Amino acid sequence: MIRVPLRPLARILGARQKGENPDAIERENLAIRHEQMREKARGRAETRLLVMGLLFFSAFGVIGAQMGLLAASEPTEPHSGTAGAAILAQRADITDRDGHILATNLVTHSLYAQPQQMIDPRHSAEELMKIFPDLNRERLVRDLTGTRKFLWIKRKISPEQMQQVHDIGDPGLLFGPREMRIYPNGALASHILGGAGFGREGVHSAEVIGTAGVERAFDGWLRDPANGGKPLELSIDLAVQAAMEEVLAGGMKLMNAKGATSILMDVHTGEILAMASLPDFDPNTRPAPVPSRDPSDSPLFNRAVQGVYELGSTFKIFAVAQAIELGLVNPGTVIQTKSPLVWGRFRIKDFHNYGDHLSVTEIIVKSSNIGTARIALMIGAERQKAFLASLGLTEPTPVELAEAPTGRPIVPSRWPEITAMTVSYGHGLSASPLHLAAAYSTMVNGGYKVTPTILKADHVPRGPQIISEKTSAIIRSLMRQVVARGTASFGDVPGYLVGGKTGSADKVNPAGGYYKDKVMGTFASAFPMNDPKYVLVTSLDEASENSGSEPRRTAGWTTVPVGAEIIRRIAPLLGLRPQVGPSADAALTLVRN
Amino acid sequence: MRSILFVLTALSVMGLAFWAYRENYATQAKITEIDALRSEIAQLTESLGVLKAEWAYLNRPDRLRDLVAINFARLPLLPMQSDQFAAVDQVDYPPEVVVPESLPNAMPARGPVTDPVETSAALAGAKVDAAAGADQE
Repeated sequence: MIRVPLRPLARILGARQKGENPDAIERENLAIRHEQMREKARGRAETRLLVMGLLFFSAFGVIGAQMGLLAASEPTEPHSGTAGAAILAQRADITDRDGHILATNLVTHSLYAQPQQMIDPRHSAEELMKIFPDLNRERLVRDLTGTRKFLWIKRKISPEQMQQVHDIGDPGLLFGPREMRIYPNGALASHILGGAGFGREGVHSAEVIGTAGVERAFDGWLRDPANGGKPLELSIDLAVQAAMEEVLAGGMKLMNAKGATSILMDVHTGEILAMASLPDFDPNTRPAPVPSRDPSDSPLFNRAVQGVYELGSTFKIFAVAQAIELGLVNPGTVIQTKSPLVWGRFRIKDFHNYGDHLSVTEIIVKSSNIGTARIALMIGAERQKAFLASLGLTEPTPVELAEAPTGRPIVPSRWPEITAMTVSYGHGLSASPLHLAAAYSTMVNGGYKVTPTILKADHVPRGPQIISEKTSAIIRSLMRQVVARGTASFGDVPGYLVGGKTGSADKVNPAGGYYKDKVMGTFASAFPMNDPKYVLVTSLDEASENSGSEPRRTAGWTTVPVGAEIIRRIAPLLGLRPQVGPSADAALTLVRN
Repeated sequence: MRSILFVLTALSVMGLAFWAYRENYATQAKITEIDALRSEIAQLTESLGVLKAEWAYLNRPDRLRDLVAINFARLPLLPMQSDQFAAVDQVDYPPEVVVPESLPNAMPARGPVTDPVETSAALAGAKVDAAAGADQE
């Protein structure tokens, strides 16, 4: 770079000749040079600013553009996502405790029409009528030829029907995929499973929502994609359930009952291994509820959970257990049982007159109302109420079924002494068979409370102690004697040491009072009695055994043989070895001392 | 020196660009392949579900009960009874065959049986061969 000299010789010499100050020239040139330097610096600064500005502009521009893109674009699944559990947008299966499928899904198709696109709606309607004879011809023709733009023709069609519709060849008939819930076992365990139907529907998919039973109670869980296709494992054993339903249906027919229910429960965990309620239905084609005066007439009614009845003498065990627990009586204590027992304007009678005095053991074995009422008087109303509440007999069962909250026990609002007396032998307080099964589990399992559950449980925390282990042992002995020599003598199954208690309650007439010839017969049993594993509660509605000269309606004649047959069939299925010889019974008599 | 650096840089940029181009296409090809596999898996899962449902349907207790009733003459099956339980020592096992020590070659030495079906078939084949040999003699 050539610098311009500050003191150019020519100008200096000229200035000197003119007598001017040559410093002025230097100052002038210096000023010019400074001016030029400033110009240059400003230019560079401006360029830098511009570059920085451009940089920031493009950076913000990129961010803004990306934000706009994200906001405006349709959300899509990550295309090339890395490994991870695939999200399964399918309703989870339901299986029994051994993994047998109780409910699963099947992909079928739905058929819909877009009449605008149809070539020959009349012909298509005729052809559709041939494939689906249950359609309404006039309505179909009217819909297809009218102004509608869209209509559903069938919600679910089979592949064969789909092919037939394809063969009509009308472009206005279209198919959408449909996931459908199927129950491969038909009516088996129908009340537990409930059923499912379609919720919101679109052309490409439809929501499957549970309508009753576990399908409804676990609807959210079953639809949750985060479970990764894990099935819902129930505590039900399919083989036991099938055997129970078969025997129960036979027993119901034989005993001329209009309904029947049975529950098998694990006494330690509260798991329900089988639960049947007859009449039943097929959840694949769940019938619509029929409004009727008596809800129990409907096959949809789950008697085991929703049916609250006065359960009769099966409640006597609770009164005796509490009295023993409180130290008021022991199995040998003699109670006055002079019949009838008059209390105010009420008279309490026994089925037969059992004499003036009975021991507590005999009261249970012979099922004396008077004896139990006297024991209830010893306990007192307040304590009795608290005890029954601690057994869970005053609240709906917490079992995981949609119907469970409707099975609320009918508890007397006031609890005077006469109520305490009637409740002690099972009248005046209505509960469901499931309540009874849970309470009996507590009676025989060593005295701790169990919570009924329909889910397979690996480990269940032990409930609070309701009665002592010793009282429980006495109750086991009493229940065994009822079957060995008492009212439930038909209930003995060789090898399985069945113990139990019968209950025959006259049904409540809605018009007031009780029916004379309608009995709810209940048999609450446990087996094997030396170390109870299962509680079986069987109940027959309005059963009568007509082989004798007059119909016999007590549970000992109707329900007990059915319950015994169920135990005979299911105990081997449960893998219970029969106990041969008198040793087990001998062990039982020891605990009475 | 400087120009060599420039040339090298330019060459490496070109090389990287080529590599990136190839990787891009390879990735897209893999994604297409994964998509195909995914849809195949979905299809297979669906048909597996159908097969499971069918299996459950064919094994439903009602049907098995009917089949047992139909085939009662051939396989007299009855519900399991409690007297079918027995202690292990009540089971009649076939008597144990004692191989005498003095005849170590009485039984031909065999290796462990890994596939019983194939082994028995091979035995049957050997027998047929032996019979054929006897005929020839």
